[in-house]
Amino acid sequence: MTFLTMLPLFLGGLLGLFVAAGASDTVLYAHGLLLFLFCVLGAFWVLKRGGDAGGPARVTDDGIEYNGAIVRAGVIATTFWGIVGFLVGLVIALQLAFPVLNFDLPWTNFGRLRPLHTSAVIFAFGGNALLMTSFHVVQRTCQTRIAGGFAPWFVFWGYQLVILMAATGYLFGVTQSKEYAEPEWYVDLWLTIVWVVYLLVFLGTLWKRKEPHIYVANWFYLAFIVTVAMLHIVNNLAVPISFGSTKSYVLFSGVQDALTQWWYAHNAVGFFLTAGFLGIMYYYVPKQANRPVYSYRLSIVHFWSLIFLYIWAGPHHLHYTALPDWAQTLGMTFSVMLWMPSWGGMINGLMTLSGAWDKLRTDPVLRLMAISIAFYGMSTFEGPLMSIKAVNALSHYTDWTIGHVHSGALGWVGMVSFGAIYFLAPRMWGRERLYSLRLVSVHFWLSTVGIVIYASAMWVSGIMQGLMWRAYDSLGFLEYSFAETVEAMHPFYVIRAIGGGLYVLGAFIMAWNVYQTTRGNLRDERPYETRPATQPAGAQA
Amino acid sequence: MFDHKKLEKNSILMTVCILLVVSVGGIVEIAPLFYLESTIEKVKGMRPYTPLELAGRNIYIREGCYNCHSQMIRPFRDEVERYGHYSLAAESMYDHPFQWGSKRTGPDLARVGGKYSDEWHRTHMIDPRSLVPESIMPGYPFLATTPLKYDDMGLHLKANAMVGVPYDAAMIEAAQADVEAQVDPDSDGVEDLQKRYPGAQARNFDLQPGPPTEMDALIAYLQVLGTMVDFSVYKAEDNYR
Repeated sequence: MTFLTMLPLFLGGLLGLFVAAGASDTVLYAHGLLLFLFCVLGAFWVLKRGGDAGGPARVTDDGIEYNGAIVRAGVIATTFWGIVGFLVGLVIALQLAFPVLNFDLPWTNFGRLRPLHTSAVIFAFGGNALLMTSFHVVQRTCQTRIAGGFAPWFVFWGYQLVILMAATGYLFGVTQSKEYAEPEWYVDLWLTIVWVVYLLVFLGTLWKRKEPHIYVANWFYLAFIVTVAMLHIVNNLAVPISFGSTKSYVLFSGVQDALTQWWYAHNAVGFFLTAGFLGIMYYYVPKQANRPVYSYRLSIVHFWSLIFLYIWAGPHHLHYTALPDWAQTLGMTFSVMLWMPSWGGMINGLMTLSGAWDKLRTDPVLRLMAISIAFYGMSTFEGPLMSIKAVNALSHYTDWTIGHVHSGALGWVGMVSFGAIYFLAPRMWGRERLYSLRLVSVHFWLSTVGIVIYASAMWVSGIMQGLMWRAYDSLGFLEYSFAETVEAMHPFYVIRAIGGGLYVLGAFIMAWNVYQTTRGNLRDERPYETRPATQPAGAQA
Repeated sequence: MFDHKKLEKNSILMTVCILLVVSVGGIVEIAPLFYLESTIEKVKGMRPYTPLELAGRNIYIREGCYNCHSQMIRPFRDEVERYGHYSLAAESMYDHPFQWGSKRTGPDLARVGGKYSDEWHRTHMIDPRSLVPESIMPGYPFLATTPLKYDDMGLHLKANAMVGVPYDAAMIEAAQADVEAQVDPDSDGVEDLQKRYPGAQARNFDLQPGPPTEMDALIAYLQVLGTMVDFSVYKAEDNYR
């Protein structure tokens, strides 16, 4: 068993040295050494643990030795990367309001920091939330320990290495400029290896399951893992200029590359940020509400229709471009149809609360989850709206898109992840309860108000800028120069930064709360009163 | 009647079904773009970038300019008046990857070539607000002082040739020399450069003496954007079928 783990680590370390030795640019040299270091540390760690891959296995009441250590690692990583990602977001929001904050340096300009923000939030925060929850959910719903000894640890740490290489690469200008797929060829290859192991660990756990049925949350996780693999590989096909260089040229060009890219990027939203997070919803909402999923039939229908329709929606990012009209129309049509399965998920999630609505008053964690589903419903209504060509003609290229993305990312992805973190922290560290429920409520309000400020600022600035670009004066000339439309954005960029700041503040409060929970501290506070039921038990369902 | 329970009890069957279901959309939408006339048409004037322009394009990518600038003019009256003729698919046929962008925090750059002088670009890049007080663009003064790394341009051209850009052996051979020729209008290499890349402009783009800088390359790239197709003779109707 230890040998099986050591061999790939040995080969990986060797590869890292080769890469560093053959590198003709500094970044690849550093990243080669990083891979070497990763493998050396990994080998020491594996040897030191002497085959124990799960940390101090706490045998639960059902007698199964779950790997809880990896979920704990996920809680820490998700919280950490969340704060990093949100903070960089706040920095670049302030740069747009006050350009002097770019400092005129290569490593601090908006162009290099923006991919750092998007990748940190989507892949570091979101990705770790998905690793954390999928490793927890698949063990619990299959009633078995996660498959593969050290393999899940390889997935976890290998993924952190992807993040580290991508992030440092961006700062030093290593990017292939495809949005949300900026990492260069060698990081893409490493991610592919990590991802294949992830799929195998997940499937391996499903194969060991004690339950005959695969639980619905796992369908979503499976669709997320499989589809992201497909998207990642096709969109990142590239030819490096040499194996000693970070630089590569992607296989496709122009219009073909554009549609491949947005086929990828829209489904990074559809499968990474939607299907995966629906997996979170399908496990943690019923658990927290202590109610069964609303409709089994609805989950089947909306699962298959969601994953079928999502793939078609990419062209709505390319309306009125050189992409052929038929493809644009097809993309728009499927985007509008996508509204239905999206709301199928929202209804299934929200209605799971039926019979437990009163808990929203007394359980701020459930409140976080419920509002995340509400934001999911709102963004998946706004999305189809914006995909309509006439609307898109106005909204495209403006801040409206940014507002839309953030109501989905901060509202849906962020809040449902916070809910999962608050669910896991006391349970994974074996604590009686969270350090403070009142602080969860503070976090809830800071985030919610922050998002509302953020999104409304972007709606106004986006629609205003779109209208200004197309405004004509009475003599038939364009009314505004481009610079005038930029100037008009300033107050909204300041307001947006305030909204984002509140959200960051909320995340810090969460980190404090989680930290205290792991230490086993309990805040002395007024508990939420559980009101006596006004109806006899059973009558509510 | 198909029973969903079969899928729920078989992870491999479920994985295969997921893969089939998610493949359809991409295949139907993307595959035709590789053979439809409107997406692979050749338009007169389009040529591969010169090595200097390509190096400038790589700086454009490195600094993340695409985060704020689109290169895709939509066929609307206001956009055509503001930026010029709407963009054609053929105009990005040599762009690996495409730079259409998704956000206009700054203006579209698809046809910025020739609109401003080199001097304007140089000053604007060093201190954007000295020319456009409302601008929120970061300053890039370091480009003017960083020497351009171009000893590996042959490798860049070769990789481009492998993905389908028509760089021939002679172009790859001369890549390094062509960079030097393009920033030195009096050199002997200019004639050869323009033979290989018809219409390429050779001049000292950053207006400073000395070896080529990153500023030279970036300005050379910006000045060629959208200028390859001559729209006084281009007829869209010729491509109708």
